[in-house]
Amino acid sequence: MGIIQAYKLAIASILSAKVRSFLTMLGVIVGVGSVIVAVGFAQGSTKSISDQIKGLGSNLIQITINTRGGNRGVTLDQLLDFSDQHADSIAALAPTMSASVTAKYGTKTHDTTINGTSQEYSLIRNLKVQEGRFIQSIDVDLRQKVAVVGTAIVNDIFIDQDPIGEKIILNGQVFTVIGVLEQKANGQDSSDDDQIVIPISVAQRLSNQSVIRNFSIQAVDAAQVDAVMTQLNTFLYGIYQSSSAFRVFNQAQILSTLDTVTGTLTVILSGIAMISLVVGGIGIMNIMLVSVTERTKEIGIRKAIGAKKRDILMQFLIEAMVVTGIGGLLGIGIGLGVIKFVIGGLGIVPEVYSITWILLSFGISIAVGIIFGLFPAYRAANLSPVEALRFE
Amino acid sequence: MIRIEQLTKSYQMGGESLQVLKGIDLVIHKNEFAAIVGPSGSGKSTLMNMLGCLDVPSGGKYELDGQEVSGMDDDELAEIRNFKIGFIFQGFNLLHKLTALENVELPLIYQGLSTEERRERAIQSLEMVGLGDRTDHKPFELSGGQQQRVAIARALVTKPPIILADEPTGNLDSKSGAEIIRILHDLHAKGNTIILITHDPNVAQQAKRMIRISDGLIVEDVEVG
Ligand SMILES: Nc1ncnc2c1ncn2[C@@H]1O[C@H](COP(=O)(O)OP(=O)(O)OP(=O)(O)O)[C@@H](O)[C@H]1O
Ligand SMILES: [Mg+2]
Repeated sequence: MGIIQAYKLAIASILSAKVRSFLTMLGVIVGVGSVIVAVGFAQGSTKSISDQIKGLGSNLIQITINTRGGNRGVTLDQLLDFSDQHADSIAALAPTMSASVTAKYGTKTHDTTINGTSQEYSLIRNLKVQEGRFIQSIDVDLRQKVAVVGTAIVNDIFIDQDPIGEKIILNGQVFTVIGVLEQKANGQDSSDDDQIVIPISVAQRLSNQSVIRNFSIQAVDAAQVDAVMTQLNTFLYGIYQSSSAFRVFNQAQILSTLDTVTGTLTVILSGIAMISLVVGGIGIMNIMLVSVTERTKEIGIRKAIGAKKRDILMQFLIEAMVVTGIGGLLGIGIGLGVIKFVIGGLGIVPEVYSITWILLSFGISIAVGIIFGLFPAYRAANLSPVEALRFE
Repeated sequence: MIRIEQLTKSYQMGGESLQVLKGIDLVIHKNEFAAIVGPSGSGKSTLMNMLGCLDVPSGGKYELDGQEVSGMDDDELAEIRNFKIGFIFQGFNLLHKLTALENVELPLIYQGLSTEERRERAIQSLEMVGLGDRTDHKPFELSGGQQQRVAIARALVTKPPIILADEPTGNLDSKSGAEIIRILHDLHAKGNTIILITHDPNVAQQAKRMIRISDGLIVEDVEVG
């Protein structure tokens, strides 16, 4: 019997018991569907985080001073001097100090993040204003209570209104809006567009903290990043006499850490989904064993008129493969639907479709059919024709 | 030509061995028309299953066209069933989900023939048994006699030299039965070897040779007709 004939036979047999075939497929549908959704979710999260990190600019180096350092330690001026001395490799340096605040405008409020920093920050983070101006050195020096707001804030509390020159209240202090940041994400809450930039000197006062713990540095080009990091490490070690008091890191390191984390996430999620595939496979074996028993007479007739062992084996095996294959396709369809309309549609994470995983899970569902169909098929193939014919 | 010597068959029944065939010697030549008769439970069907290579004997020899059958494996037996033997079962044994045409095509599928060739030969075969207009009917849409004729068409479609029929008229009224016997006569006239089991003395008289079995042994072997 040819392969094409065997497929026709399998499809005819599946169609003759639609409800049962569907129930048989259910395990595979759910299994494959959850693999696709799990992987899509993990990869979507990775993409959204790594996009944000990449958006920071490629030559960015960051310094974090640990609280353990207490109040002693490196000052902004020291670092600025250092950066001036290494002007050939360091393009800019800016301090940052962030905090959560509730911004008030009239009766409207908006929870957001304030970022105290200096003029250089706009260069380092590639922040432009679409209206008004950015923080300037003079604002820092004179401790001007001025604020540059992101579009998420504009959309929320300055609806249909020019925010420039308006007064907003941050932690009880009145600030004048001097600029609006150019939209970077999509203007949504908690994105890069949901922040207020104020002068570092004002942020220090507002949070009652003189020590600045975060600095962003831009190397002149990517090739200088490693050299600058080494210089910074040496310089800071000279000040703290301990390597655990501070941390110098750059984007590449964060990305590789992130990759490990999301890699683990993908493995765990898809592992769970695989288990449901195996459970689905056992269901298939169960139903196929019943089906072999029910069709003993049919098998007897086929053998009596000349079917060989491998004809029967192939018939049942291909039937199992077609069932799990169709189940796999349905599962992929449902999984992609969930990614598109639920995960992506509700903006939980960006939609990411992985061709590798789609093909892989289709392959796995076929394999499940073969593995779990083998035993029932083998049983059917080895029935003795007379015994099978006697079966009613 | 069929030649069996001292053929025995026993079934193991809960530790006890039940000997159903107790040493059968039989030669059936090409183009014979033989009827096997005997009381119920005497072992007729058991013998027929042996002749049709559906079952293997417990002892003795079975030679089919000069080939020793008793030592063959499952797949070799399947091949003989497929190419040399047309088996007509007492209970029709049609696949009820398939149409008459598909049922008749079945043996040809296992011969690996192309769709067109299968179709053509199956239609021919159905026309031969007078069911050319019933090709797309499922078994439950056919009368008992028609179902038996589909089963005959299926047995004939591979043009096997030997036709084995286990009580082909057992479930049928006398008119349908006579029709089946007429078809068997035609096949015999065309050169086929026919062996049929029957309880009906009138049917047995239609054959050229009558073999009577009692309690697992041949007790009478005479020319009739
Ligand atoms: N698979 C089996 N296991 C046990 N005993 C069997 C088996 N097949 C047949 N027998 C026994 O063998 C004996 C002969 O059976 P067989 O079917 O050959 O009789 P028969 O001559 O065809 O009878 P009938 O005319 O009623 O069809 C019976 O006693 C039956 O119970
Ligand atoms: Mg019988």
